[in-house]
Amino acid sequence: MTFTAPNRRGFLKASAALAGTSALGVLPAASFADGKLTVGFIYVGPRDDFGYNQAHAEGAAAVKAMQGVSVVEEENVSESVDVQKSMESMINFDGASLLFPTSFGYFDPHILEVAPKFPEVRFQHAAGLWQADMHPSNVGSYFGYIGLGQYLNGIVAGHMTASGKLGFVAAKPIPQVLQNINSFLLGARQVNPAITCQVIFTGEWSLAVKEAEATNALADAGCDIITCHVDGPKVVMETAAARGCFICGYHADQTPLAPGKYLTGAEWNWPGVYTRMVQTVIDGGTIPNFDRGGLAEGYIKMSPLGPAVTDAARKHFETTKAEMMKGGFAAYEGPLMDNKGSQILGAGQVFLETDIALESMDYLVEGVIGTTS
Amino acid sequence: MNEADIGLWAVPLAILAGAIRVSTPFLFVSLGEVLTERSGRINLGLEGTLVFGAMSGYAVAYLTALPWIGVLAAALAGSLFGLFHGLVCSLPRVNDIAIGIALMLLGTGLAYFFGKPYIQPVAPDLPAINFGWWSDLPQVQVALRVNVLFLIGILLAGLLWWMFRATRIGLLIRVVGDSTDAARAMGLKPAFIRTLATAAGGAFAGVAGAYLSLFYPGSWSEGISSGQGLMAVALVIFARWNPIACFWVAILFGGTGALGPALQSAGIPGGYYLFYAAPYVLTLGLLIATSSPTRAMAGAPGELSISK
Repeated sequence: MTFTAPNRRGFLKASAALAGTSALGVLPAASFADGKLTVGFIYVGPRDDFGYNQAHAEGAAAVKAMQGVSVVEEENVSESVDVQKSMESMINFDGASLLFPTSFGYFDPHILEVAPKFPEVRFQHAAGLWQADMHPSNVGSYFGYIGLGQYLNGIVAGHMTASGKLGFVAAKPIPQVLQNINSFLLGARQVNPAITCQVIFTGEWSLAVKEAEATNALADAGCDIITCHVDGPKVVMETAAARGCFICGYHADQTPLAPGKYLTGAEWNWPGVYTRMVQTVIDGGTIPNFDRGGLAEGYIKMSPLGPAVTDAARKHFETTKAEMMKGGFAAYEGPLMDNKGSQILGAGQVFLETDIALESMDYLVEGVIGTTS
Repeated sequence: MNEADIGLWAVPLAILAGAIRVSTPFLFVSLGEVLTERSGRINLGLEGTLVFGAMSGYAVAYLTALPWIGVLAAALAGSLFGLFHGLVCSLPRVNDIAIGIALMLLGTGLAYFFGKPYIQPVAPDLPAINFGWWSDLPQVQVALRVNVLFLIGILLAGLLWWMFRATRIGLLIRVVGDSTDAARAMGLKPAFIRTLATAAGGAFAGVAGAYLSLFYPGSWSEGISSGQGLMAVALVIFARWNPIACFWVAILFGGTGALGPALQSAGIPGGYYLFYAAPYVLTLGLLIATSSPTRAMAGAPGELSISK
């Protein structure tokens, strides 16, 4: 064969070069010492999905604009061994020393598998899963109290609803989702304690047709304000607006999808959080392993109020938001029952926004129509 | 409370609405696959064709502001995928199933690649005909907003059935599908006819994709298809290669798919994962019920690589 002889040399050259780059890649990964930091972002879906991934990608874009920082991104990486390969290639070939694998399911076992192999690389994961006694110290968790945003959504929705029935398209009954549903209703009940919220679980983070069906079913049931917790809210927002419902956004700003129907939305504020974390690394500091925050800490923000929002709703929204900006807000106040009749909080008891009990929520509060299983 | 609260009536209504709204992609893909399989080839790549059709239809509709041009573009793109499959499979010793799987991955990959700039913009939707004008209930009006493509699908199902039964073209496709030797003896070119049938089948799948992105749910994103293209290929076996049966099976899948959300909104939420599995449980049950211990695969074209 003709290609063996000339190509063996080429092969050796190529593999030498490959080994060289990976060695070069790992060495500076330890720190920002040489004035260059590479940060890797991994998304589970497309980074312009009007939702979860877009919110993170906006954060990545802000990091990219920082001095001396380069960003590598990869999207549509499934929560499987794929993400391990992506992380390792970002470390070995791109020289990334700070990684943001953003999807919930990346943590266990994938980050936990890869992190011990690269002790000099920092892994930052968006969910409150890190525990000091169980997990590597080069892994960190961060998360925002976005339930507060849904609470503010609920306040506006409570003022704007005519039928007294709100609708919620939810992906899976995990604590974060349940907390959003409950907060949305509790916000609305600040306006009128008779308001109910119908929830439909689609069972998956991203199922366009089922989300559309769920939204239609909610509209059919008389819900006139709809919000959601799925990865890409585009379908829910467009379908609900086409049915004449008002919509409250989630994850990112969905105003462009239906400007007249969009009331407000609970958004992540990752640009602020990510630039802060990256700045910490540049300054030679250490990012805390467990970092959380709400409105006051700049972890979340609200979409601008839509043109349909009434003055009363606007005023109520602004005063509650100002209250939250002081920190330590309590959306959950006793007496509070779940929708099966068991007591969650007695009279006078509260869950503050920082309360760890909220992270393991497994119930829907009274007034939510639906079950967790 | 809302005066339009229709209580438990919402469930049958939602099933009807879902059957109309959700079934169209199933219908088109399965009709396309019937056409292809009747000619003796299996094109498993229709899922990729569907996703690419969804993307190209949406992109063209957005760029031209004409949704029907988008549908046309999707059909064209689909037929190119079909043509490619047909031509490659006409080469000796090429396995149509393997090529199909490769094309499925290629189609979705290309759609993701070219579709990036079209996730954010909003393209015009296909028009719908309001058959619910007689009702005061908004639920009924929405349920009976029927897209023209659904009606075209029904027409096509009847047309294909008639074609296979009563026309020369239909007979040619069937001969080629049932016996290559017989077709050659008649002086036909099996590879040529199969390639054309696969290309036409691809066009159908492309239109199915355009329905997804241009009408329901009506936007392009990378998660637009939840496997409709794959399921529809299985539906063909279920429908025993009969276009009319394809229609009923598509309706059945659409209707049962709407069952889960409808039951939850009617306040019967228990075990929704089970309701979501309803279409598949139903398929299994019906396949077992209609299977025969004495005859294998009634209606299967003889040259199909799964029945050979």
